[in-house]
Amino acid sequence: MPDIVNPQITDAVAPTASASASDGRPADLLFEIGCEEIPAKMLARALAELPAAVEQRLAAARLAHGAVRALGTPRRLAVIVKGLADRQPDLVEEVVGPPVSAAFAPDGSVTKAGQGFAAKSGVDPASLTKKEVPGKKGLYAVAIRNVAGGDTRSLLPAMLRDLAAAIPWPKSQRWGWGMTAFVRPVQWLLALYGGEVVPVAWADLTAGRTTRGHRFLSRGEVSVASPAEYVETLRAHHVVVDPEARRELVRAELSRLEQETGLRVRPDPALLDEVIHLGEYPVGLCGQFDPSYLEVPEEIIVTAMRTHQRYFAMEDQGGKLANRFTTLMATVVKDPAVVQRGNEYVIASRLADAKFFFAEDRKKSFAEWNKKLDAVVFQAKLGDRARTIGHKVQRIARIAGALARHVGADADTVAAAAGVCKADLASSAVGEFPELQGVMGRHYARHFGLSDEIARAIDEHWWPKGQGAALPPGAAGALIALADRMDTVAGCFAVGLEPSGSADPLGLRRAAIGIWLILLAHEGDERWASLWPVLFDEARAALAEQGVAMADTASVEKFFRDRLRGIFVDQGIPTQDAEAALAQSFRDPIDARARALAIARIPKEAREVFKRVANILDDARKKHKLEPADRVDPALFAADNTVEQKLHAAMQEAREREAEPRRRRDYAAVFDSLVQLQPTVAAFFDRGGVMVMDPDPKLRDNRLALLLQLIQPYLAIADFRLLGAAS
Amino acid sequence: MYLQDLIFTLQKYWAERGCVVEQPVDVEVGAGTFHPATFLRVLGPEPWNAAFAQFCRRPADGRYGENPNRAGAYFQFQVGLKPSPLHVQDLYLDSLRAIGLDPSSHDIRFVEDDWESPTLGAWGLGWEVWCDGMEVTQYTYFQQAGGIDLRPVTCELTYGVERLAMYLQNIDNMYDLQWDRHVTYGQIRKPWEVEYSTYQFEELRPEISFASFDTYEGECRRLLARPAGPLVLPAYEFCMKASHAFNCLDARGAISVTERQRFIGRVRAMAKACAETYVASRARLGFPLLPKALQAQAVAAYEAAAEAGVNAAALAAAAAVADHAPGQERAGSEAAHA
Repeated sequence: MPDIVNPQITDAVAPTASASASDGRPADLLFEIGCEEIPAKMLARALAELPAAVEQRLAAARLAHGAVRALGTPRRLAVIVKGLADRQPDLVEEVVGPPVSAAFAPDGSVTKAGQGFAAKSGVDPASLTKKEVPGKKGLYAVAIRNVAGGDTRSLLPAMLRDLAAAIPWPKSQRWGWGMTAFVRPVQWLLALYGGEVVPVAWADLTAGRTTRGHRFLSRGEVSVASPAEYVETLRAHHVVVDPEARRELVRAELSRLEQETGLRVRPDPALLDEVIHLGEYPVGLCGQFDPSYLEVPEEIIVTAMRTHQRYFAMEDQGGKLANRFTTLMATVVKDPAVVQRGNEYVIASRLADAKFFFAEDRKKSFAEWNKKLDAVVFQAKLGDRARTIGHKVQRIARIAGALARHVGADADTVAAAAGVCKADLASSAVGEFPELQGVMGRHYARHFGLSDEIARAIDEHWWPKGQGAALPPGAAGALIALADRMDTVAGCFAVGLEPSGSADPLGLRRAAIGIWLILLAHEGDERWASLWPVLFDEARAALAEQGVAMADTASVEKFFRDRLRGIFVDQGIPTQDAEAALAQSFRDPIDARARALAIARIPKEAREVFKRVANILDDARKKHKLEPADRVDPALFAADNTVEQKLHAAMQEAREREAEPRRRRDYAAVFDSLVQLQPTVAAFFDRGGVMVMDPDPKLRDNRLALLLQLIQPYLAIADFRLLGAAS
Repeated sequence: MYLQDLIFTLQKYWAERGCVVEQPVDVEVGAGTFHPATFLRVLGPEPWNAAFAQFCRRPADGRYGENPNRAGAYFQFQVGLKPSPLHVQDLYLDSLRAIGLDPSSHDIRFVEDDWESPTLGAWGLGWEVWCDGMEVTQYTYFQQAGGIDLRPVTCELTYGVERLAMYLQNIDNMYDLQWDRHVTYGQIRKPWEVEYSTYQFEELRPEISFASFDTYEGECRRLLARPAGPLVLPAYEFCMKASHAFNCLDARGAISVTERQRFIGRVRAMAKACAETYVASRARLGFPLLPKALQAQAVAAYEAAAEAGVNAAALAAAAAVADHAPGQERAGSEAAHA
């Protein structure tokens, strides 16, 4: 029989003087991994995840502690644990052994088996007690033993080694003989518990008390006296190890440069998040470029500076882009003018390229680019007649045209914009800066003399460009966006490229979510609310025209339904309620959302009772092969029991009071009415003693018909079988 | 500093730190990584430290000698350190000091830039090194080449010779670089750029390059499958030549998007086959660049694992000697001591 161990932590543990040289008081822990430059995004993620990982290990080791804080720069990742207990608490463990009948002789003496158990548990046989064990019958022999808690100093080396080795990196590498994998080669380890070194051995290194200062502004190794002095010691060696302090420093540098130039740094939160992790000691520097480059659309300039050089753009007080930029050096240099000149040279050649691309592009035409797109593969598996971006544009134009007719949008604008919506992909500017797709199309459309509406639609058909990003404000852009995305999803599903697991390399989930968000944004417009089936049918027809047949529409529909459920859940609707609404119909997302929101208002008791009704009908159909009739015969109601009559009458009343809300699709009011029926239905089931599945087939069928009539009007709103009491 | 002095200085600097100074490979390549001194030497358990300047051809980047920053051919100075010493960054920064780039006067940064070569089946992690915002070096820890996991790991430093020289000479057109006291880069290189841009973009006959590609690929395969035993070094040379033929066709616009992937796949298949055969051939030779005392155990470990494939066998050979090889601080050679 396996022993069962019930550990109990004793309340207070008096530290034993002999256990270690410590004074028994908690102390701070510092662990620093010195590393070659960690990529900015990976560093940010590691800093965010490290405290929880440390807390988890400390909890598993039963070590009490105070605040846990992650610190770091590109060259180091560190954690400080405040007030870490210097030992584990002692444990009193109860080890459950054999049943009393086996462990003790009738005279109360300990049997051989009992002695064996005591010896194995490390206790005196005389100390064995008899106890009941939860979940078992009778009494068992139980050994109670005291386990002294371990010394933190002896636990830390292995714990910190395992912590370091388990830090998850999106990409890790090997170096030297390749025995360790980490984000970049590990250079040194520093580990202190209070003032004492913790000799962590990992990555062919053993931790000591030294770290290193700034690569260029500090020399040699730097000794750290205690965790409390870590941040300041590094600061004295030109390392700002606290990322938040670095953020403040960067902000201060940016505002210093704003003061000096009289300009504003254009806010760029994502870039700020990145640059605080591009150096250990940020120093701001301002540079300029030839004002003639300002003739180029500012998106190109800003993107060139940002993506290639991590520069912030600057603008005047009116928001107009200035011929200045701000960069953050990672060090203090002798003469900032030298660094400024270097950066100005680099950006000048980048902007010269951009200007050249823009000028060359404007000599071309959308027709010329569209011809090139006939040779660019969108998805090879679609086959020879459908594979290129050119083919895709044809499909988009067809689908978007149908959508425009359905919603009454300007069909000429939609057709014109759809036909050139991808043309800028063949431009040099987009080749250099792919993130400017659409934006460049807008600029070139204007240059080529197309209307503002067309130009905007080309840009906006890429929207939303990310989670939480703006939706296309114009109808033409929105319709082309829908057509493009549905074509992608339907086409990929048709040739077996549906996403599996968490992998979605073709971005189909994102595309489907984009479709729903665009449709949901048109609440109140029936033509948009009813657009999804048109979109789906047109996309399939457009693909079919190019020889791509979709054999199975159910999996695409389920895929879309699941995405819509995800959106509802993100908006705070319980999963079950969203599912109950979508199971009935998902094609009109605005209606589905209204139904899901109404379902969420139904109280627990009403959910249970109507779920029961739905399940009884389900069982009747599936198990008993009975199809409930659509007519109820009041003459068959039991004479000695009024529950059926009452229910029938209550249903009639409900029908009447719901008529108006139903017309308005006011589902909340309909369900409020349904909730009023709940006591009557409950009485029908519980107090009235009416058995639905009566032995008399006539009575049975009539009662099933009654239940069907009861629930039928609500089934179009929600699938009650999916509603548990949970929410 | 003249361009040629830049090369001399880097050669001397790395030679003093234990690198063999090799010469450029005499076959057209698009990058120093194709040089057998890099691509083949990074494979298997044998340490190797080498440095060389390589003339690299990128036909698609040709600009008829008119773009101050871009050209159809340029020079790389490449250093390979295997196994990578723990203090490569310090060695690298000292090399910048040696050529006159003092980090206390410049903003030197290591900015993430992972490297991948689909044609070589190779990838690595590392950075581009920025000097005042300009990329001057590619710094990569090779993780895989020819589809084979690399142990020990090679650190590859690739200096952009023209870029660095432009920076040091403070000029903004590469053709104005002083090659030496008397001659400019433009005087040497510009006619080549003009003629080769014309040739690559206008005169190159695709059918010849297509036929060459097929021939090279066939020879590569034939030499690897030779009944009397593979000839891997000539086979790899045909792999390099096929890769260049592909680059020429690509620049000429003779390859469609889908065909492009297929050609890349064909070159990768050659590179992979060469890599595997090369490791096996080194094992047969007894891994002669390992310290004598370790050769036998590396070969034994390789043979014991050979059934699981070359990759597993190469890893086994490395694992067998890693524990006995000098520690990382002293890995490879005197590279770390100097």
